[in-house]
Amino acid sequence: MTAALILIAVFTLATAAVALSLRNLIHSALLLIASWFGIAAFYLWAGAEFVAFAQVLVYVGAVSMVVLFAVLLTRRSRADTVIARDSVERAISAVITGIAVFGVLVAAILKTSFARLSPAGVPPLQSGTGVSPVISAPTATVRDIGMQLMSAHAAALLIIGILLTVALLGAVVLAAQDAPESKQESP
Amino acid sequence: MTLPGPLTFLLQLPLSSAAGAADAFLERLPLVARDWVTSWLPEPWRWLVNSLLSIAIILSVFGLLFAYVTLAERKILGRIQNRPGPNRTPIPFTKLRFFGLAQPFADGVKSLTKEDVVPRGADHLLHFLAPVVLLAFSILTFAVIPYGRHLVPVELNAGVLYFFAAGAATELAVFMAGWASRNKYSLLAAMRALAQLISYELPLLLAWVPVVLVAGTLSTTEIVAAQAGWQFNVIPHWYVFTPWGAAGFAIFMIAALAESNRSPFDLPEAESELVAGHLTEYSGFKYALFFMAEYFGMIALSGMAITLFLGGWHAPSPYLEFIPSYVWFMGKLSALLLGFIWIRATFPRLRMDQLTRFAWKFLVPLALINLGNAAFWSLSFHWSGPFQILRWLISVLVVVGPFVLLGRKLSAGVAPRVYRYAV
Repeated sequence: MTAALILIAVFTLATAAVALSLRNLIHSALLLIASWFGIAAFYLWAGAEFVAFAQVLVYVGAVSMVVLFAVLLTRRSRADTVIARDSVERAISAVITGIAVFGVLVAAILKTSFARLSPAGVPPLQSGTGVSPVISAPTATVRDIGMQLMSAHAAALLIIGILLTVALLGAVVLAAQDAPESKQESP
Repeated sequence: MTLPGPLTFLLQLPLSSAAGAADAFLERLPLVARDWVTSWLPEPWRWLVNSLLSIAIILSVFGLLFAYVTLAERKILGRIQNRPGPNRTPIPFTKLRFFGLAQPFADGVKSLTKEDVVPRGADHLLHFLAPVVLLAFSILTFAVIPYGRHLVPVELNAGVLYFFAAGAATELAVFMAGWASRNKYSLLAAMRALAQLISYELPLLLAWVPVVLVAGTLSTTEIVAAQAGWQFNVIPHWYVFTPWGAAGFAIFMIAALAESNRSPFDLPEAESELVAGHLTEYSGFKYALFFMAEYFGMIALSGMAITLFLGGWHAPSPYLEFIPSYVWFMGKLSALLLGFIWIRATFPRLRMDQLTRFAWKFLVPLALINLGNAAFWSLSFHWSGPFQILRWLISVLVVVGPFVLLGRKLSAGVAPRVYRYAV
C-alpha cells in the first residue's frame, strides 16, 4: 500500500513540477490535468471513492476545458502559446501567491484533529472489556455523504449553488455585450 | 467415473424455474468456465487471472461487436438507401462470400497497412496520444456495466459516477487531437466538437439523476436489482415504464447520440460538409482508433441506458427467465444499436445553432423538470388505490405539459414546416 502511495505521490508531484517548468502553455495545462488525475488516484487509494470520481468528473471533465479554452482564447497566435520568461515582479507575485496558498493549506491541515487516528489519541480502554478498540479510518459511503450534504450542510450547499449561479449569470452578462445582430435567422 | 469438479455441472440438467433462475446452469456457465480455467492456479494468483480474463473477454467480445456493428451499419444503411452494401469480401483463400461477413477484418488489415501520415508541424507526442487516450477511457467505461446476473466486472459503490467520470475525459482527447494537428480547421472543428460535447454533457448527466434518486443508490448492480419484478407477470418494473423514466430515457438517448457524435448530431465530422473535423490530419490506424472509440462509446452508453432504464439483464417476463440474463442484455444492446443505425439513416443533420439551442433551451429544462417529477414519484410511493391513478396522471402531465408548451414556444413561427417546392 505504501509503495502505491509513493508512486501516486511521485506521479502527482512530478507532473505538477514539469507543468511549472515547461514554457508551452498547452503542454503545461495537459500536465496539470495529469496531476489532477494523480490526486484522484490518491483519493481512491485513501478509500474515498466518491471524491475520486467527482474529482475526475469535475476537474478532468470540466475545469480542464476552462483552462484550455482560456489559454486558446487569450493567445493571439500559435507561437504565442510558448511564453518567454518574464519579469522579476511576476516571479515575486507568483512566489507570494504560492506561499499564501501553502499557508492556508498547512493551517487547515494543522487545525484538523486527527486525534482519533493517531496512537496518542486512543481513547482509554473501558474497564472490564478485554477488547482493544479497533481504530480504523472513518469510512463514508456515497449514501452517508449525500445524507450529510442534504441535512447538516444543506445551507452551505445552497449558498455555494447560488454563488455559482450568480457567477455564471455574471459571466454571461459580461460576455454577451456585443452589438445586437441584425435580425437573427429563425432556426 | 469421476469428473473434475466443475465438470460435474455438465451432468445436471439445465433446470430453470423462476425461483432457481439465479442458479440455472446456463446462468452460471460463464462463472463455471472461468473457475475451470483458473482452477489449476494456486489460490493467491486466482484473483489476478480472473481479472485478466474478464478484461480479455470484454475486449474480445466488444471488439467483435464493434467490428460487426460497423458491418451491420453499412449493410442496413445500404438497404435503407436501396443498395446492397458491402457484400464482396470473401473468406481468405476461398471463394465463399457469406454476404461479405469478412468485411470488418479486411477493413482492419487495410487501416493497419495504410501509411500513417503525421504533419511536419504537428505536436508529435500529443498527436499520438489523442487516439490512445480516447480509446483507453472509452474502454474503461465497460468496467461497471452489469452484463448478467453474475457478470459484473467491477462492483463499485459509486459505479454510475465512475462511468460518467471516465466518459468525461473524451473531451480532453478531442481537444488534443484538434490542437496537436497544427491545422486551423482541425482546431476550429475541435472547438465545435467540444461545444457540442459540453452542451450535451448536461442533459446526459441530468437524465440519470432521477434514476439515482428513486433507486437510492449509485451502484449499477443495485440499480438493476431495484428494477426486478413484474406487474401481473407481464409488465416489468423497469424505470422506462414510468412517466419520469420514459422521459429520462428519451433525454438520455438523445444526449447519448450527441455525445457519441452520431447522426443527426454528427457535426464534428460531418462527412458531406466538412473534411473530417478534428480527425482531418489523422490517417491509417490512428483514424481507425478514433472510429473504434466512437463505437465503443456508443456501445457503452447503450449499455448504461439499459442498466439505468431498461432493467439491465432482467427478462421482460417471468416466463422468459429460462433465457440466461446475459443473452437478454445482449439482445437489448443490439436493439438499441439498431435504433442508433436506423436514426442515422433517417434523420437529417442539425445545424450548429440548432444543436446548441436544442440542448440548452429544450433538453436541460425538461431534464430539470423531470428531476422534480421523479422526486414527486418517490415521495408518493405509498399512494394506493385511486391515488395510484392520480399519481400516474400527475406524473404524465408533468412530462407532457412542459414538453408541449416548450416545444410550441421554441418552434413558434417555424413549425409546422410548409414544403413549397417539393409536393
